[in-house]
Amino acid sequence: MSLVLFRIDDRLIHGQVVVGWGQPLDIGFIVLVDDEVAKSEWEQELYRMGTPPEMDVYFHSVVDAESALVRYNGEERNGILLTGNIESMLRLVQDAGVRTVNIGGIHHRPGRRQRLRYVFLFPEEEQLLRQMASLGAAVTAQDVPSSRAVDLTELLESEASVQ
Amino acid sequence: MSDRAGTVRAVVAGHGDFAAGMVSAVQQITGRGDMFRAISARDLSASDLDALLIRTLEETGARVVFTDLQAGSCSMATRRVLRDHPTVLLIAGVNLPMLLDFAFAEQMPPVEAARHALERGRAAISAAGGTGNAGGAA
Repeated sequence: MSLVLFRIDDRLIHGQVVVGWGQPLDIGFIVLVDDEVAKSEWEQELYRMGTPPEMDVYFHSVVDAESALVRYNGEERNGILLTGNIESMLRLVQDAGVRTVNIGGIHHRPGRRQRLRYVFLFPEEEQLLRQMASLGAAVTAQDVPSSRAVDLTELLESEASVQ
Repeated sequence: MSDRAGTVRAVVAGHGDFAAGMVSAVQQITGRGDMFRAISARDLSASDLDALLIRTLEETGARVVFTDLQAGSCSMATRRVLRDHPTVLLIAGVNLPMLLDFAFAEQMPPVEAARHALERGRAAISAAGGTGNAGGAA
């Protein structure tokens, strides 16, 4: 399996992903699954510019991604799949067999409750995460490789204790 | 205080305390740290970072943004801003010599000064030593 990380991160491609995970995992490509970005040439160009030349970026809508994943899993290089929200990742767990999910960054919005320094969730989002787990996905929160992976049960019990 | 005080000519944006650290270094060396406004991407969503950057540019009137990393979220946010404000200049991969050059080029318009500083910063990277094996990895 050459997709080695399935990450939910509302910043999509940025330093933590490209460098923080990209270097230690020897990442050769990123699959960015986002319906908005998939529709916008301009946004795609933006993310391409933000990616080192030795990494490829592929863009898909959620529906496209479900079939494209098979192809990416046949890749020889290591890849990261990114979604900007929990809903999109849940679809991939349901329909594309994703079995490990990394919560990398879901940031503050009014109404969301802080769970970790980098994870804020609406109650409905907590339900979606529980649903992922009940479908057999191992869901953990971890912003960078050197930090501790927090499993879902602990995440949903934790009150923000940091900063 | 000089008559420069309060005139922000550039925004420095980066991960963690990078920007604040850079600006404090400029301040320590030249006393001209007030020419810069530092912002951090730490723990902000993309949309909050976009908003912070736009607010900072509006408040200060600055038209130059120095960022730490081309792939970083500050650079991404700045590129989004460029779409509607093409007069803003983004320089990614800033270093201290670059900021120092910019700080001393007050007589130039900021965008021109930043382009000059870019060349200076690029040229200021050097290496010395590194021969032999002592203490080094194979």
